[in-house]
Amino acid sequence: MNPINQNKSSQVTIIRPYRGWEAFDFKELLEYRDLFYFLIMRDVKVLYAQTILGFSWAILHPLIQIVIFSIIFGRIAKIPTDGIPYVLFSTVAIIPWTYMSEAMNASSQRLVQDQNMLGKVYFPRIIYPLTPILAKLVDFTISLVILAIVIMYFRVTPTWNLLLLPGLVLMMICIPAGIGLWLSALAIRFRDVKFAMPFVVRMMIYSAPILYTASSIPDAYRLLYSLNPIVGVIEGFRSCLLGTPIPWPYIIPGIGMTFLLLISGAVYFRRMERVFVDVI
Amino acid sequence: MSGDIAIRVEGVSKLYRIGVKENAEETLARALFNAIRSPVSNFRKYRSLYRFDDVESGNTGLDVLWALRDVSFDVKEGEVLGIVGRNGAGKSTLLKILSRITPPSRGQVEIHGRVSSLLEVGTGFHRELTGRENIYLNGTILGMRKKEVDRKFDEIVEFSGVEKFLDTPVKRYSSGMSVRLAFAVAAHLEPEILVVDEVLAVGDAAFQKKCINKMQDVGKSGRTILFVSHNMPAVKMLCTRAILLNEGKLVADGTPHDIVSTYMTSDVGVPPAREWRDPAKAPGLEVARLRAICFVSRSRNAIDHADIREDFGIQMEYDVLTGGHILLPHFYIYDDEGLLLFGTLDQDPEWWQHPRPEGKFTSTAWIPGNFLQAGMIYVSCSVLSRSTDKSQFYEKQVIAFTIADNMGKGTARGDWAGQMMGALRPLLTWETRWEQESGTSSEGVAGR
Repeated sequence: MNPINQNKSSQVTIIRPYRGWEAFDFKELLEYRDLFYFLIMRDVKVLYAQTILGFSWAILHPLIQIVIFSIIFGRIAKIPTDGIPYVLFSTVAIIPWTYMSEAMNASSQRLVQDQNMLGKVYFPRIIYPLTPILAKLVDFTISLVILAIVIMYFRVTPTWNLLLLPGLVLMMICIPAGIGLWLSALAIRFRDVKFAMPFVVRMMIYSAPILYTASSIPDAYRLLYSLNPIVGVIEGFRSCLLGTPIPWPYIIPGIGMTFLLLISGAVYFRRMERVFVDVI
Repeated sequence: MSGDIAIRVEGVSKLYRIGVKENAEETLARALFNAIRSPVSNFRKYRSLYRFDDVESGNTGLDVLWALRDVSFDVKEGEVLGIVGRNGAGKSTLLKILSRITPPSRGQVEIHGRVSSLLEVGTGFHRELTGRENIYLNGTILGMRKKEVDRKFDEIVEFSGVEKFLDTPVKRYSSGMSVRLAFAVAAHLEPEILVVDEVLAVGDAAFQKKCINKMQDVGKSGRTILFVSHNMPAVKMLCTRAILLNEGKLVADGTPHDIVSTYMTSDVGVPPAREWRDPAKAPGLEVARLRAICFVSRSRNAIDHADIREDFGIQMEYDVLTGGHILLPHFYIYDDEGLLLFGTLDQDPEWWQHPRPEGKFTSTAWIPGNFLQAGMIYVSCSVLSRSTDKSQFYEKQVIAFTIADNMGKGTARGDWAGQMMGALRPLLTWETRWEQESGTSSEGVAGR
């Protein structure tokens, strides 16, 4: 800001009582982008601070899951996987799933964890649940190393399906964003969102074809199944990286649901946002 | 000062629902159970935390608290407005509304210009980050852009004096250093409108002086500042205008000098004793909570005044909820101009370096008679945990006491009927010696 008497910002803010529905202020969010960046950086730096393994945890977490699931479901239970080796089958799904479950979890808790800041300073509240969504992408990027190694090991040839990847990653980001927005607003009041989350997330892993194939779902339930946007993302990732046919019957409803989830989450969050401090 | 309005506050009120939040179900299971039992009423109860339709329609229920009631005032560009009032008067609520942290229940605020709020020093500071990283984080949290922080970076570092440790994680800093760093960032905010809540009580005396000087510079630069404080001399020194809040209402508006006088001397002021019956509302954190504070006579009766010759005690009762901490209770004593006369730390050798067990503690500091000046004194109380270096509570100027003047033998005044000025009135020992031309002399000692 320059000397006071010149270049006045001529910004007029009107502060009014809470009235329920409010439009989203994108311009404001843009103004606070530097803060958004530093909060994400804070997340990234702090998470692995003072750990010996540091960022390798981002690799270990999904890796251990892949190993265990491959042994249990691949070797012992011998779940059919349409001919794809189980390790490959599960890796391609677990990498995006790990991101989504971590992002969801962290996002839903962020407002409650940072309630102190909430009461002391103002910045667009939506930054709180969105920060972990973006910060966890760093973990995701690191875990792609596993994906790359497994794909190269099994000598999977790339196909044009890879072009879908950016879109799928976007969907992969939007789903936990939408869920995080909903849960943040709810967690403010119900602290047991914090306790329910790990359990619900653990159950969610079975709601999508991560450990088993989508083809094992009976036809009668397929439509219902496709309403879970995670199914679309996971099957999409599989076809994108392994070259199997693109599962549009899952992806299209998935995109629709993702959209719905994100928009409704943002609306609900925005609605509750102004009273967070009074209600927390 | 162009005379333009920077802030216009019109009929602002803030309602809080009390009792409901404390009784609200915190677990989903409970909530579901109650929802099944009486869904509509439970939903309404939750909603009542932020909806006040019943009050609109005339319910004057006991379960609502007006933190602010129909407050209206204008602030012109360039004014430095002091906001004064006892604890609970609504000052912090007003600032929170102006900072958009919580919405008003009624009324409206119109702000012309960019606002930066400083309600706490070091918001967002994280121990694992380095000083440098925290400067950027805190700076952007306070509303600066990265470019702005870049520009002021060197000045901030110089002001704080932590240059050598800039790239060390803040958890290695002494508490004084982190406070100075946090304040340094805040001190370099350049908004058009600055809203500050009692953040000058940080650091040592030298640093405080630096902070006050910086505030003066900011004031002189033509910025509009709203300043809440219990530090009356600071209010008088820095502000061009002041308002007095009491129980949510705006009761006076005028020059800092007049407002400070009104605050200090009228009924609007401070009681001689306070207690907190509800442990949940008692000030404090997880280690200690303040339950009561009062003045006592030698015979341990609660009193609100004493003769200037009499000893009296300042007594606070606090619950220690977590055992094993070394605690430091202390008081600050102010005169009726708001000048800090002195602070006093717990001197009981039995508890020095001795971790305290859980339980109810009563600490009393005895003020000797013939020491303080006649008039009113105001006391702030605090308990610090030395084990974690964290203040458990700090109630500012929470009780007031009247010291009644007297004359005659045994008083510092003696037989003097004129004015006795000064911040203190100690009764000292005086010696007199007299020598005559012829060599006879006499000595006398007069005193107690």
